[in-house]
Amino acid sequence: MSFILTAVIMFGFWLLLSGHFTFILLTSGIVASLIVAYFSHELLFGDIDLKITVNRIVRLIKYMPWLVWEIIAANIDIVYRTLHPSMPIDPEMIEFDTNLKTETGIAILANSITLTPGTVTVEAKRDGKFKVHSIVRGVNMSGMQAKVEMIEGNRDV
Amino acid sequence: METRAIITLVLLGIGCFFIVVASVGIIRFPDFYTRVHPAGKTDTMGQAAVLIGLAVYEGLSLVSVKLVIIMLFLAIANPTATHALAKAAYVAGLRPWRKGEPRR
Amino acid sequence: MFDVAGIVVALAVLLVIYRVIKGPRICDRVLAVNAIGTKTVVLLALIGFMYERPQFLDIALVYALINFIATIAFLKYREMGRLD
Repeated sequence: MSFILTAVIMFGFWLLLSGHFTFILLTSGIVASLIVAYFSHELLFGDIDLKITVNRIVRLIKYMPWLVWEIIAANIDIVYRTLHPSMPIDPEMIEFDTNLKTETGIAILANSITLTPGTVTVEAKRDGKFKVHSIVRGVNMSGMQAKVEMIEGNRDV
Repeated sequence: METRAIITLVLLGIGCFFIVVASVGIIRFPDFYTRVHPAGKTDTMGQAAVLIGLAVYEGLSLVSVKLVIIMLFLAIANPTATHALAKAAYVAGLRPWRKGEPRR
Repeated sequence: MFDVAGIVVALAVLLVIYRVIKGPRICDRVLAVNAIGTKTVVLLALIGFMYERPQFLDIALVYALINFIATIAFLKYREMGRLD
């Protein structure tokens, strides 16, 4: 299952990059994507349940607009702090726990923390412990945490 | 000038501004962990704005799809790389800068 | 339009080179090189539009991949002392 999916994605990427549809290019594309899929299909998906994954992708797309807005706010914040003559920064390290179970959820939360105002992920462990470097004191992370837990859904894979 | 060129101009302007501010931030901030902030966020935003501007100029074609793929890849890879850097520095025992200490 | 944007991005690269040369620790330098790589991808895309040669986008895509792999490989080497 994951083998076929990986091969199809690889071949789609090949078509996208080449943009030509001659016989020799299509054939070599199929052969190359089959070889790559044979070696790496466990890396990309592992064992997946298609229904849960599709649900997660739909929820991830719903999460995107909020994330884009937060990214813009974060950048305006950084621009202000960079260009202000006296640089109003007061950094500290904070640690907190989350209830995230999947690696994808942890990766999404880690990258979201890095992209949103004032915080950069320093350490994200597999059991859901996070270390965050914050550029000002007293940042609250619980809102984003709840949103990523909602993407992940309540069922464990 | 047509609308698409104006949108491209605005997005290129925003993107270039953020890219320059990211460079200034990497120079100005006092220590490694604070430099991670402009490198991870502002650079990502700047490249996204410039590449989306180019895609708008091009219209819907293979070229604009490639531009969007580059943009998405950088938007995922850049925070990941800076996070890996911050973690490596933390494991190596680099202490974060506190307010009032000298720059390093 | 594209040439002005290209010049601005190239100037930003010049600014970051200061941090590469000065940067007191090795992680500052790697961070700056990673930032230069991101800007180079943007610059390659802009050059492709400047000369109307879309092949530059393929170079930009491959450069983005290599830049990411290079940073991760360097960090792995620093952390473990070997690459295998």
